[in-house]
Amino acid sequence: MKVLVPVKRVVDYNVKVRVKSDGTGVDIANVKMSMNPFDEIAVEEAVRLKEKGAVTEVIAVSCGVAQCQETLRTAMAIGADRAILVETDVELQPLAVAKLLKALVDKEQPGLIILGKQAIDDDCNQTGQMLAALADLPQATFASKVEVADGVATVTREVDGGLETLKVSLPAVITTDLRLNEPRYVTLPNIMKAKKKPLETIKPEDLGVDVTPRIKTLTVSEPPKRGAGVKVADVAALVAKLKNEAKVI
Amino acid sequence: MAILVIAEHDNASLKGATLNTVTAAAAIGGDIHVLVAGHNAGAAAAAAAQVAGVAKVLHADDAGLGASLAENVAAQVLALASGYSHILFPATASGKNVAPRVAAKLDVAQISDIIKVISPDTFDRPVYAGNAIATVQSADAVKVITVRTTGFDPAVMGGSAAVEAVATVAGNGKASFVGREVTKSDRPELTAAKIIVSGGRALGSSEKFNEVLTPLADKLGAALGASRAAVDAGYAPNDWQVGQTGKIVAPGLYVACGISGAIQHLAGMKDSKVIVAINKDPEAPIFSVADYGLEADLFVAVPELISAL
Repeated sequence: MKVLVPVKRVVDYNVKVRVKSDGTGVDIANVKMSMNPFDEIAVEEAVRLKEKGAVTEVIAVSCGVAQCQETLRTAMAIGADRAILVETDVELQPLAVAKLLKALVDKEQPGLIILGKQAIDDDCNQTGQMLAALADLPQATFASKVEVADGVATVTREVDGGLETLKVSLPAVITTDLRLNEPRYVTLPNIMKAKKKPLETIKPEDLGVDVTPRIKTLTVSEPPKRGAGVKVADVAALVAKLKNEAKVI
Repeated sequence: MAILVIAEHDNASLKGATLNTVTAAAAIGGDIHVLVAGHNAGAAAAAAAQVAGVAKVLHADDAGLGASLAENVAAQVLALASGYSHILFPATASGKNVAPRVAAKLDVAQISDIIKVISPDTFDRPVYAGNAIATVQSADAVKVITVRTTGFDPAVMGGSAAVEAVATVAGNGKASFVGREVTKSDRPELTAAKIIVSGGRALGSSEKFNEVLTPLADKLGAALGASRAAVDAGYAPNDWQVGQTGKIVAPGLYVACGISGAIQHLAGMKDSKVIVAINKDPEAPIFSVADYGLEADLFVAVPELISAL
């Protein structure tokens, strides 16, 4: 069974982005880019399933600019076997990515698609569910535990108030939450090995997908600033402030 | 123009997130219909009918809808979608699970996590962990939206809409519900609480987390939350995580104990009305957003605070 793992190249989670002064977006020139952390967890999970013998091949996919190759090399250094880049300079929105992935699912026929629940740049939390709908597949989102056996994935999901367990028949789409696993450190020998693994580049047109954005960003602005308050000397002063000034207790 | 709001409920009762979503629908303007899709959820439908501003409640009652499986709920929404200009979900675990399926099937973009309605096709939404606010415009005929509940006040009760039973549709049967472990607690829900006591890595263990913070939460009638570091370390359950990719909260009072204040954590709580930070590191970033900062060892300060309240 093949596993398809879509990965996104995003601004590194340690970078505090700045809004451009002309309000057209955030300044991402010369900032560190990395694989979306949830996607890293997805790659790790797919590779672990391969190591357990539940799957035979892990295919990493990224949609976006040419530099996404670096992200795909990282996925292969974690253990993906090969990679596909759908290269375009157009700003890709989740619906477009889901359509590209749907076309690749049709072509590669994976038994499982594992991807991050959310990208930490646009914070959309849409792509996995959209892919599942377009491909008419069952979904198990926000996974914190995955077991695959006999054509069924048993997935524990993080939901409001606790955990929920679902069984989904394969093929299926799983999106990862933070506690699914802790991705391994990528070693130098594996980085070298990843450079020799196959990476295929195709265009959205090759998949017959129109990726024109549907949502227009009019402006991007700074959020309202929250000023620092005061430091209080001790607990008594804190209680006095909360009772008399803030009146919240 | 009519707006369909998908209710958040547990079959027994209507969840508060529905009320904030109704307020967002009212800001867009138009007839507001609420869909309660569930199993034996008559009480939730009756509650939805009492929300002020709701013109009609659509009640879909079927065993297949009882567990809120995304496949089944999305199919139900799609069966009713024609005639609506906007379909709104609360941005809860359940809403986020279902909404993109509906949007994709309608071949429209989804607008996630709106915090403000500018006009019926233009909305504000946070990006990059709330470090920027994007004003976005949708050109699609139907707007599928998830609503960040902290961005809108809850709608008040006092309405009297009609409840109409609607025909149910079958799901695809490819997913099935096995079980749910819901944390039983007398505390208010994290996203609905007026006061939240939240702990970080400085608590040091799950035992200390409970021993130190539970009495404070009890005294304040507060919900308990945690930073990612505390959850990753196993001090607190996963669904207590407050932050960019966890729960987004905006209580009247947020008490952060031993939390340094990474940007991802601040993204989940900086809209709280009053923020108190207790931390022994004077340089902790949490102090930059705290209304009242107490530079102290939490193991000393929290018990003192409990006895002073």
